[in-house]
Amino acid sequence: MPRYPAPPNAPAKVRVVTLRIDGQDIGAREDESVLDVAAEHDIRIPTLCYLDGLSTWGGCRMCMVEIAGSPKLLPACSTQVAEGMEITTNSDKLKNYRRMILELLFAERNHVCSVCVSNGHCDLQDLAVECGMDFVRVPYRNAPYEIDSSHDLFRVDHNRCVLCTRCVRVCDEIEGAHTWDIMGRGVECQVITDLNTPWGESDSCTGCGKCVQVCPTGALVKKGTAAGEMEKRDDFLPYLTQMRGNR
Amino acid sequence: MSASTKITMATAWLDGCSGCHMSFLDLDERLITLAEKVDIVYSPIVDTKELPEGVDVGILEGAVSNEEDLEKAKLFRSRCKYLISLGDCAVTGNVPTMRNTFDLDEVYDRAFVENVQCQPQRPTEEVPPLLETVRPIHHVVPVDLVVQGCPPSADTIWYVLTELMAGRTPCPTEVTRFGA
Repeated sequence: MPRYPAPPNAPAKVRVVTLRIDGQDIGAREDESVLDVAAEHDIRIPTLCYLDGLSTWGGCRMCMVEIAGSPKLLPACSTQVAEGMEITTNSDKLKNYRRMILELLFAERNHVCSVCVSNGHCDLQDLAVECGMDFVRVPYRNAPYEIDSSHDLFRVDHNRCVLCTRCVRVCDEIEGAHTWDIMGRGVECQVITDLNTPWGESDSCTGCGKCVQVCPTGALVKKGTAAGEMEKRDDFLPYLTQMRGNR
Repeated sequence: MSASTKITMATAWLDGCSGCHMSFLDLDERLITLAEKVDIVYSPIVDTKELPEGVDVGILEGAVSNEEDLEKAKLFRSRCKYLISLGDCAVTGNVPTMRNTFDLDEVYDRAFVENVQCQPQRPTEEVPPLLETVRPIHHVVPVDLVVQGCPPSADTIWYVLTELMAGRTPCPTEVTRFGA
């Protein structure tokens, strides 16, 4: 069994289902996710851990949507469409939860945007703007997290990590090295290299830097960048996945 | 326009770098337009020593880091009808909160003992005692509006002030963000 579930392989014959998203009638392949179908119709659903070209994780809960008949909110990235679905993507309830998720993320670790190397190029910052999260109501935890600068080229700053696992997935699924993984639970949870050895001493890391490019915040960065200088490119991913024919 | 019909405004900086006030001064010629409608009754950039009662708009820059900051935040809240947190330090705590991950003793020793060559000692008078934790202003007193940015640009400040003067509630997230 792979550690992270791979997207389901498309069956030979795929049926088309009809559903409604935000009152819009839509036809879609039944093997598509709610998030994909919404994107095809220019309906924006905020995401954080999801990244086109990687397996679906469904951990950040930013893409939660309401589906009529379900008492629970469901993540759009990992919910497949079905015949007759009635989906709401942007109700007051969802907006409230998205704001709360962002507040908890900002309060859990130490995201000091003004001095972060990713300032201005950060998915978390962009989500705060998009979801109107203008201040954090809960107390900040102010817990110290480590910064590992042992790698020649890159640095990991756990203060900025949101545990999206994009680095874990890209290293395993695209680079094939599986240097990154997750250790610990709750607030102790953090990404690790190899068996929690310093990144610079990792035997498996190839130094390719894919993890840095897909990291949505200033957690994984290139060394030698000053505040606001770390711009990332994750557009190589769908291309790589496509060229490999989902092998 | 007589002075009595003008909007009264007060500003102060708590634990911040004064950059938000510098950004306010960057309004440049717009300060003249502002002065026609607004009286700045208390601020680091005017000479008044005491915050008057019943100020229309109070603007606070900086986080709440020591006992004086805390008193000032409470005083502003009690004497200002409308209180604005200006800039990331006021809204999130920002850079001043970076000391929160250290023990307070370590912070004092770092500042007044380790890095001092002449008579290293902790201050016992004049310098207000540090609070255990640096906090944003809205975590100690209620705030009516938050304006993010490090610092918020002069255009952002002008947008906020002109909207307020026009009797509308500004939406700062449309023009600024954390770290902007």
